[in-house]
Amino acid sequence: MPDDALRSPATLPALLAVFVRMGMVSFGGGLSGWMHREIVERRRWMSEERFLAALALGQVLPGPNSVNLALQIGLHLRGGIGAAAAGIGLLGPPFLVILALALLYGRYGGAALVNTALAGVAAAGIGLTCATGVRAARRMRGVGPFGIAAAVFVAVGVLKWPMVPVVLAVIPPSVALAWRSARQERERRGA
Amino acid sequence: MAPDRLLALVLVFAPLSLVSLGGGPSIFAEMQRQAVEVHGWMTEAEFVDLFAISRGAPGPGSLIAALVGWKAAGFPGAVAAALALYLPSSLLVCAVGVLGRRHAASPLRAAIERGLAPVAVGLIFAGALALLRASEAGVAEVATAVLATLALLHPRASPVLVLGAAGLVFAALGAAGLAPR
Repeated sequence: MPDDALRSPATLPALLAVFVRMGMVSFGGGLSGWMHREIVERRRWMSEERFLAALALGQVLPGPNSVNLALQIGLHLRGGIGAAAAGIGLLGPPFLVILALALLYGRYGGAALVNTALAGVAAAGIGLTCATGVRAARRMRGVGPFGIAAAVFVAVGVLKWPMVPVVLAVIPPSVALAWRSARQERERRGA
Repeated sequence: MAPDRLLALVLVFAPLSLVSLGGGPSIFAEMQRQAVEVHGWMTEAEFVDLFAISRGAPGPGSLIAALVGWKAAGFPGAVAAALALYLPSSLLVCAVGVLGRRHAASPLRAAIERGLAPVAVGLIFAGALALLRASEAGVAEVATAVLATLALLHPRASPVLVLGAAGLVFAALGAAGLAPR
């Protein structure tokens, strides 16, 4: 259960704060996992369906996936200014940190132990991504959606086919399937 | 730094912004070619160093663009490269998002969202696999990822604690001479 203190409205400062925090704690990927946890699960600022649609759309459009997802979340919550807050919050502080790190690196060289620790953090970050996938999959109903998810995973992940054509080919049948099951559900409710 | 260097940075990164499908990894190769071979802003070895720094820094991996800009033209270069990489794609995403909001109530939009969900699930796991591959993950990394997944499926598990613990365990193994890599 999400803590009640977190069920706060998505004000602009709150939005900025949560994206600053996510930008600074994400190492080696896993940002979509963080956003799902903070925005959908804990704060309930966005529905699961809308979040996943934004995630898929953000991957098809050009630009870094995590930034695209953050912009759409900000846009959904607070419009254009919200998108700006999400993007600046996510990128601003890490931008300064990475330059500071480059300065330190130039002066002292790389610390092997820090790199080893970061490999561990990155591996756990992959776990955060997987947990997001498992939670999202739990909400899918019927064989069709699981077949589509499996096909996308095999084509893009295992066979390394180019992502954009695969996604563009899979979206029409997937949307048609969703359209049909939504109609069936309406009819069942009506009957 | 000469303003023509800033202009050169913008001319390298703004087009990359609009072809960077899937984010950072898809444009690293071209970024390296432009920075090292075409413009000679750094050596091959320096680019590899920047890549290592960006992997160890918080935030999206695409922020390596800021490092390339910094190497080429100092702090103004870092700002120019980051803006050129993020602004064009961001404006496009916002334009598409605004278009979507106009049709918020349509049942077709609801079906599109519902139909995109399984595609997103497939992409999430494909992304996890790609990250494991890119980091040349060994047994320790795969085991950590699996344990972290199980731990984080608990709604009360804190990602900061789980990720921090994984970092400490790896550092301890490294200090004991059992470096996982």
